[in-house]
Amino acid sequence: MSEHEHQHEQHEQRASSALELRVRALEARLTEKGYIDPAALDVLIDEYQTKIGPRNGAQVVARAWAHPEFRRWLLEDATAAIASLGFTGRQGEHMVAVENTPAVHNMVVCTLCSCYPWSVLGLPPTWYKSAPYRARAVQDPRGVLKEFGVELPQTTQIRIWDSTAEVRYLVIPQRPAGTEHLSERELANLVTRDSMIGTGLPTPAA
Amino acid sequence: MSYHSHADLGGQDVPGAIVQEPEGEYFHGPWEPRVMALVVAMGPTGMSNIDMNRAARETLPNYRDLSYYEIWLAALEKLALQKGVLGDAPPPPPKQVLRADSAVAAIKKGFSASRPAVKPARFSVGDRVRTVGLQPQHHTRLPAYARGKLGVVERIHGAHVFPDTNALELGESPQWLYTVAFDARELWGESARAPHSVISIDAFEPYLEPA
Repeated sequence: MSEHEHQHEQHEQRASSALELRVRALEARLTEKGYIDPAALDVLIDEYQTKIGPRNGAQVVARAWAHPEFRRWLLEDATAAIASLGFTGRQGEHMVAVENTPAVHNMVVCTLCSCYPWSVLGLPPTWYKSAPYRARAVQDPRGVLKEFGVELPQTTQIRIWDSTAEVRYLVIPQRPAGTEHLSERELANLVTRDSMIGTGLPTPAA
Repeated sequence: MSYHSHADLGGQDVPGAIVQEPEGEYFHGPWEPRVMALVVAMGPTGMSNIDMNRAARETLPNYRDLSYYEIWLAALEKLALQKGVLGDAPPPPPKQVLRADSAVAAIKKGFSASRPAVKPARFSVGDRVRTVGLQPQHHTRLPAYARGKLGVVERIHGAHVFPDTNALELGESPQWLYTVAFDARELWGESARAPHSVISIDAFEPYLEPA
């Protein structure tokens, strides 16, 4: 490691431990004031680290691929269709599912903050909340897609959904070719987080 | 004093790559999950609402220099001081405290923004509308890139809590919410980088005029 890298790392560590202390102090004060129960924080962290994540959304997409009735319901009333699989609540109260086709590719952003469908995708990745993504997704979607390694035919319309209110969007990617024989569980394994944001495509069938 | 949001980034010239992240990588420091959980747990206490939180975040003068959880942390500290929760005097009693045994049920229930409508919707699907052009001197959810632009109503979502008044603690004042779609050339001109793309926002009725 160069001297410069070493200094940089030391700086990062100091910043991180300063933040650690600041957060601990805030939590202690809010607990003392009777606003926070630290045990509830542990439960929330466990829930969002191990239970609520993009595998929820992958199950929704796989069901839509496998069952035309469910797909129709999902496109008509995504909140109810998704709730039928047990995925409800915070940052997923008002869901809309949008379907990719050969003619239209959907992509979701929140240019004003970091709105994201937590109930089906979990906590947003850092890039989704970052300035470059929020700035460029609405203006240069093909450039953004290229950064993610996705190139679409010029004839495909790119449709960007800027989540500026409390509606949250889930992209239903196109079902990969050659997957007719796969079970719903196997289909879900092909559904990536990015394919449900619209910055990626599902994994092709093996 | 004029209101300035540092968070309204759509269409701005922001350098830097979009740094990708593997699925399941949610945090980059042990303090980050704690901040996430604190913000979620403060919801039921009634100290602030989601629109006050967003206003507190977007007006942080150093917004663009902070990581996202640093933004959440700084805004939480700011609001807790403003609302007298952190101070020398005893704070107002919390409306409700999130407990370990009810935390999962609370997030599964969520916080619906739907409210009964107080008047009929002004617009229907297919209507041509123009967004208002002025930047109000308070929190709002009409992005700068979509102001004074011609679009088409594509979906109607019912009446929702109106962020502009809710952020100011002036009440929820429910307003009809619409998805309004714009042609890329309407937003970015004939030199639009993706001229055949369509961009939509979710716009509250007061943001729209008939066109």
